[in-house]
Amino acid sequence: MFSISVFLESFGPLFWAARYTLLISVLGIGLGLVIGTLICAARLSPYVWLRRFAMLWVSFLRGVPLLVQLLVFYYTLPVIGLDVPAMVAAVVTVGICASAYISEIWRGAIAALPKGQAEAAIAIGMTPQDVWIRVILPQAFNLSLPALINELILLVKASSLVSVVGILEITRASQAQAATTFRPLEVYIAAACIYLLINLCLAVLGRYLEHRTAI
Amino acid sequence: MDWSILQQYGPGLLSGFGTTILCWLLGTVFGMALGLVLALAQRYGARWLNRVIQVYVEIIRGTPFLVQLFVLYYGGPLVGLRLDALPAGLLGLTVYGSPYFAEIFRSGFRAVPHGQIEAARAIGMTEASIVRRILLPLGLVSSLPALVNFSIILTKETVILSIITVPELMYQVQRMSTETFRYLEANLVLALFFWALVEAISNAGRWLEARITKHLVERT
Repeated sequence: MFSISVFLESFGPLFWAARYTLLISVLGIGLGLVIGTLICAARLSPYVWLRRFAMLWVSFLRGVPLLVQLLVFYYTLPVIGLDVPAMVAAVVTVGICASAYISEIWRGAIAALPKGQAEAAIAIGMTPQDVWIRVILPQAFNLSLPALINELILLVKASSLVSVVGILEITRASQAQAATTFRPLEVYIAAACIYLLINLCLAVLGRYLEHRTAI
Repeated sequence: MDWSILQQYGPGLLSGFGTTILCWLLGTVFGMALGLVLALAQRYGARWLNRVIQVYVEIIRGTPFLVQLFVLYYGGPLVGLRLDALPAGLLGLTVYGSPYFAEIFRSGFRAVPHGQIEAARAIGMTEASIVRRILLPLGLVSSLPALVNFSIILTKETVILSIITVPELMYQVQRMSTETFRYLEANLVLALFFWALVEAISNAGRWLEARITKHLVERT
C-alpha cells in the first residue's frame, strides 16, 4: 500500500534534481528567446528566402516530437565532430525547439499591436530602427509575457524527456530512486508533486504579469 | 544505402506505424469523450464536482506526460492496477488528453450565444434536448480548430509511449537502430516521417474545418 514515509523521503533527492530541471528550462527558454527573435525577424523580413527558411524552421520543429529531435541532435553531434556534454546538448535542443514556438508568440504579439502605433511613430519622424526598438518590441514583449510564461511551463514539462539522454533531472532522479526503493508509485507521485509545485508557481507568476501588464 | 535493412525491419516498422496510428486515434477519441463528459459535468454538475474536476485538470496539466505514464505503468501494480504496456499507454493518453479537451469544450460551450439557450428554454425544450440540439452542435463547431490543434499535439505525444515499451513506431525505430548502429539515419527518417504526418493531419484538419463551417460562411 501507499507508504507515506517513502513518499516523503523521496523529496530530498528529487528536490536536488529539480535544480537541473529548472536550469534546463530557464536556459532553454533564454536560448529560445534569442533564436526565436531571429526567426521571427526572418519571418517578417522582406526577403523571400529568409521568410521561407523561417517558415520551414517553424514547421519542422513544431511537426517533430521533441523526443525525436533530442535523439537526432544527440546523435548528430558526434558525427559532425562536436563532443559536448549531454547537458549542453539538452539545453540546445530544448532551446531550438522552443524557438519555433517563441517566434510564433512574437509574431502574434506584433500582429496584435494596433497599426496606428507604428504609423504614428513614423509620422513623428522616427527611423524604422527606432520604431522597432522603442515602439513595437517593448509593447510586443509586454503583450507576449503571459504566453512566454506558458511556454516556460511547457518546457518544464518537456524537460522530463531529457532524462532519456541521461541527465539527472527530476524524472531521471525519480527513476533511480524508484529502482533503489522498489516503490515506484510513491516516488513517481512525489516527482509529479514537484513538477506540479513548479508549474503552479509559474502559473501564479503568469497571472500576476498578465494582471500587471493589462492596461 | 543498404536496402536489405528495410526488408529485415520493414514488417516491424509497419506494425509500429500501425500501433502509432492506433494509439493516436484511440487516445484522441477516448480523451475527447472523457473531456466532453468532464466539460458537461462542470457545466451542469454540483459545485463540489466542479471543484474536483478543476483539481484533476490542474494536476494533469501541471505534470509531464512521461511522469504520468510512470505512475500508471510502474506505480499501478502497487495498488493492484496491472496493465500491459499498450493498454497502459492508451489509458495514459486518454487521461493526459482529457483535461485539455475538457477546457476546449468548456470554452466552446461558452461561445454559444446565451440567447440561443434562453430561446430554447422559452419554447419549452428540456435541458437534455437543449444540450443535444443546441449546446453540442453549436459548441462543437466553435471548438473545432482547437480540437484539431490538440489532436496534432497528441500525435507527437505518442512517441513518449516508447519509453514504457509500447511497440509503436519510435520503439521499433530504436530497436532497429540499436541492432544496426544506424542511430542518426533512423532518427532522422523518423523526424521526417513525423513532420509529414503532422503536416498531413493539419491539412486534413483545415479541410474539415472549412467544410464544417461552410454553412456559417455562406449565410453571413
